[in-house]
Amino acid sequence: MTAFILSRTWQAALVLLVMSFVIYSLIGLMPGDPLDIMIASNPGATPEVVARLRAIYGLDQPILYRYAHWLLAAMQGDLGFSRTHSQPVLVVLIPALWTTCKLMLLSFVVSVALSMVLGIWAALKPGGVVDGVVSLFAFAGISVPVFWLALMMILLFAVKLHLLPASGLSDVGNESFGDYARHLVMPVVTLALSSIGGFTRFVRASMIETLRMDHIRTARAKGNAEGRVVLIHGLRNAMIPVVTVIALSFGSLFSGALVTETMFAQPGMGKMIFDSILSNDFNLALSGLLFATIVTLFSNLLADLAYGWLDPRIKL
Amino acid sequence: MSVMEGASVERAVSPWGLRLRRFRRHRMGMASLVILAVLVLFCLAAIPLQMTGMDPDATDLFARFDPPGPGHLLGMDEAGRDVLLRLMVGGQISLLVGLLATLIGGAVGIVIGILAGYFGGRLDTALMRFTDGMIALPLLPLLIVLGALDLTKLGFSQDFARSGAAGFWRIVVIISIVDWTSIARLVRAATLQIRERDYVRAARAAGAGAAYVMGAHILPNIATPIIVAFTLTVGRVILFESVLSFLGFGIVPPTPSWGNMLNNAQELVTTAPLLAVYPGLLIFVTVIAVNFLGDGLQAAFDPRSEK
Amino acid sequence: MSELLGLDDVSVHFAVRGQTVRAVQHVSLAIAEGETLALVGESGSGKSTLGYTVAGLQAPTEGALRFEGAVLTKATWKQARAKIQIVFQDPFGALDPRMPVSAIIAEPLRIQRIGTDATRRARAAELVERVGLPRDALNRYPHEFSGGQRQRIAIARALSPQPRLIVADEPLSALDVSIQSQILNLMKEVQEQERLSYLFISHDLAVVNHLVDRVAVLYLGRLVEIGPREALFARPSHPYTQALLDAVPRIGRHRARHARIIKGEMPSPLNPPSGCVFHTRCPKAQDVCMQVVPQLEPAGAVGHSAACHFKEGT
Repeated sequence: MTAFILSRTWQAALVLLVMSFVIYSLIGLMPGDPLDIMIASNPGATPEVVARLRAIYGLDQPILYRYAHWLLAAMQGDLGFSRTHSQPVLVVLIPALWTTCKLMLLSFVVSVALSMVLGIWAALKPGGVVDGVVSLFAFAGISVPVFWLALMMILLFAVKLHLLPASGLSDVGNESFGDYARHLVMPVVTLALSSIGGFTRFVRASMIETLRMDHIRTARAKGNAEGRVVLIHGLRNAMIPVVTVIALSFGSLFSGALVTETMFAQPGMGKMIFDSILSNDFNLALSGLLFATIVTLFSNLLADLAYGWLDPRIKL
Repeated sequence: MSVMEGASVERAVSPWGLRLRRFRRHRMGMASLVILAVLVLFCLAAIPLQMTGMDPDATDLFARFDPPGPGHLLGMDEAGRDVLLRLMVGGQISLLVGLLATLIGGAVGIVIGILAGYFGGRLDTALMRFTDGMIALPLLPLLIVLGALDLTKLGFSQDFARSGAAGFWRIVVIISIVDWTSIARLVRAATLQIRERDYVRAARAAGAGAAYVMGAHILPNIATPIIVAFTLTVGRVILFESVLSFLGFGIVPPTPSWGNMLNNAQELVTTAPLLAVYPGLLIFVTVIAVNFLGDGLQAAFDPRSEK
Repeated sequence: MSELLGLDDVSVHFAVRGQTVRAVQHVSLAIAEGETLALVGESGSGKSTLGYTVAGLQAPTEGALRFEGAVLTKATWKQARAKIQIVFQDPFGALDPRMPVSAIIAEPLRIQRIGTDATRRARAAELVERVGLPRDALNRYPHEFSGGQRQRIAIARALSPQPRLIVADEPLSALDVSIQSQILNLMKEVQEQERLSYLFISHDLAVVNHLVDRVAVLYLGRLVEIGPREALFARPSHPYTQALLDAVPRIGRHRARHARIIKGEMPSPLNPPSGCVFHTRCPKAQDVCMQVVPQLEPAGAVGHSAACHFKEGT
C-alpha cells in the first residue's frame, strides 16, 4: 500500500512539474509581455531603456532559464505580484480558492446525492417509465451548455420572478447567513446540474451491471428482501467504478465552476483565472492555473487510492 | 436466428446490415437522426438566402431590437442584424467546428490508442501516462489559455492571425489538442482485446506486419465503439466551442457562432431575453440529439445483441 | 524422405511480471516432407508455444529453425510465412467477423501479394469447394456458419498460399465428436493431394493414433520422447509417456493391472525442477534425476529416442 501511494504521488508530482512548464510556456505565448504594458504607460521610454529593462527583468533569457528561476521562487512561496490587484498573488489566490471550494463541494454533494437516488431508481427497472424519465433528465444534463443554463436561471429566477439574486456573494450591507445562502442557490444548482447527468448515467449503468451478476441472483434466491438486496449487495459492488469516475470528474467540475463563477460573479478561482487572462495579469493567471491543476491532480490521486481501497481484488 | 430463414434465397446479411436493422428500432435514436437532419438543413438554408443578398453581418442601427416581422422572422439583434440568418450561419460554424475537431482529435486518439494497445510495453505505459495526465487536467482554463495565445508569437503572420479563418482553425485545433483522450483509451482497450484473437494470429503467421493487422483487422473490428465515441465527442466539442466563443476566446465576431451570439446576452437578458434563448436552445437541442444518436448507435452495436 | 522443417536446440522464454517463463527448453526435432508429427503434452507443456514458434508467431529465444534446408533469418522469414500456415483450436475466434469468407480464405495471398484480386477470388472459390462448403458460402460472414464449417473455412485459408506445412493447434478439440472425424478426414484428404506436412498439436492420444506418423512428447517445455507412432505406442520408453498411454482407454484392452498413474501437479514453468524436469512426479526417480538433465538417446526402434536415465527398451 505504501509503495502504491508513493508511486502514484510521485507520478502526480511529475505530471505537475511537466504541466507547470507547459503552462509557463503558454502564458509566455499570450499577447504582450510585462514590459509592453510598462512601455504603454510610459511613452517616453527609449529603445535603450526598454532593452535595459528587459535585461533587468530577465526577459532576454531563454525560456528554460526563466522557468527555472520562477520555479525556484515559487517553491519558496513567492508567486509574484498581481498586476491588476496590486497585491501578492497568494493574497489574492487564497480567498478565491476558498470561494471555489465552497461552491464545488456544495454542488458536488448535491449532485452525488441526487444522482445516486436517480441512478438506482432507474436501474431497478431498466426500460420502465422511471428509467425513461431519468434518462431524459440525465441526457438533458450532459447536453445543456452550462453558461446558457445559468443565463436561463437568471432570466427566470432573478429577472422574471425576482426570487433570487443574480450575482455576487452577498448584498451590500447585508452579511447575514441567509443572504449568503440565497446568493449561493443558483450557482450551486447550476454547477450541480452540469455534472449530475453524467453521474446519474454512470450510477445507473453500474447498478444494472451489478444487479445482473450471479451473487445478486443468489441473494434474491435466498429470500432476501428486494430492498436489502439492492442496497446491501448491489450498491457496494456498483460503487467501486462509480467512486472512481466521480472523483476523476473534478477536472470537469472545475471547468464548470469557472463558467458558473463568471456567470454569477462569484469571486472564485475560475473567475479569477478568466479575468487575469483577459487583463494580462500573467503572474495571477499562471498561479491560478497551477492551483487548479494541483487540486484536480490531488483529487485524482484520491480516486486512485479509493479504488484500491474499495476493490478487494486489488491487493496493494 | 431470423437471418437464417430463407438464407438460400436472400443475399447474405453483413454485420452492418444487422446493426442498421437494430438501429431502426431505437426510437430516440431515429428521432434524433431526424432532428439533426432538420437542423443541418436549417443551417444550410442560409446559403440560398445569402445568395439573394442577405448578409448575416450587415448591421442596421435603426433596426436594433426590432421585433419579429415579415422580413425578419425572429427580429433583429442588438446591432440590428437579422437573428434568424445569424442563427443559420452560426449553426454552420458551430456544427463544422464540432465535426472537424472531433475528426482531428479522434484521429489523434485512434493513433495513440492503437499504437499503445498493439505494441504494449514501454510505449503503452508512456502513452497512457500521458493520456491520464491529460484527462486529469481542468480543460476549460487550459482551452482559454490556448484560445488567448498570440499567434504571431508562434510564427504566423499578422494578417493571418487577425483573419476569420485563423479564429476558426484555432478553435478547431485547440479542442482537438485536448479532446482526444477518451477515444485513445477506448481504442487502446479494444485493441488489446482484438490483438489476441486467433484471426490476428493467423494473419501474422501468414506474414502480416503491424500496419496490415491494424488496418485490416483491428480498425474494422473496433469501428463500432469508435463511431459511438465520435458521436458523443461531437456533442462535447459543440459545448466547448459554445462556451469558448461565449467567453470571447473562440469564434470572433462578426462571424457568428451559436456561442458568440450569446456574448452580450447577459446584459440583454433583461431587455431582449429571447435573444439569449434562441442560440442556447439550438445548442441544447443539437447536443441532446447527438447524444441520443450515440446512445441509439451503442444499442445497435452492442455485442451482446450480436450473434 | 527429406527434411522439411528442423528445430535446432530451440528455447522460448518470456518475461511475465519480471519473472522468466521457460516455456520451451532446448528442443531439437525435424519434420519430413509429407509427414505428420504429433506434439503431445498436457496444457502448460509448451506445445502451443512451440507451435507458435514454428508458425512464426513467437521468436525463439535461443536456437534456430531450418526450413527447406536453409536456416530462417529475418530476410527469409516473410517468404517462409507463406509456406507454413496455422489452424487454431477455437473456430469462433479464428475468423474475422467483419470479413466475408472469400476475403478470409484469400487473406494469406493478399498479405503475401500473390496474384491479383481476380486470381485470389478464383482461388478462394476453388478452395471453398475443396473443403466441402457450398460455393455461395463465399459471400457470407462467419457468424452464419457452425463450428465445423468454420473450421473448414480456416483450413481453406491455411491452404490458399499452397503451404508445405500446416501447424494444427488442437484443431478438433473444440468440435463435436461427430464433426471431429469429418474434419480429420478432410485434413488427411488434403494432405494426400498436396503432399503437406502437419505439426499436429494435441493432448488427445486417441486422435493422434489415427493421423500421425510420429509422436513427440513434451513435458514442461522439454522433449522427453520422440519416435514412430507404432514403436512409441507399443513400447513407450519414458515413464511420463507410459503414464500418458495408460490413461488412454482403449477398446479390446482392459486397463493395465499396474496402470502407471502420474501423481501430483505439473510444476510451474516459472521455476522448473533441476535435473530431469519430471523427477518430482516420477515413480522411478533417483538422486541422479535431481541433478543431471537426461539427454535424448536411442530407445530401441529406429528413430525412437527418449530422455530418461532409466528408460526402457535399450
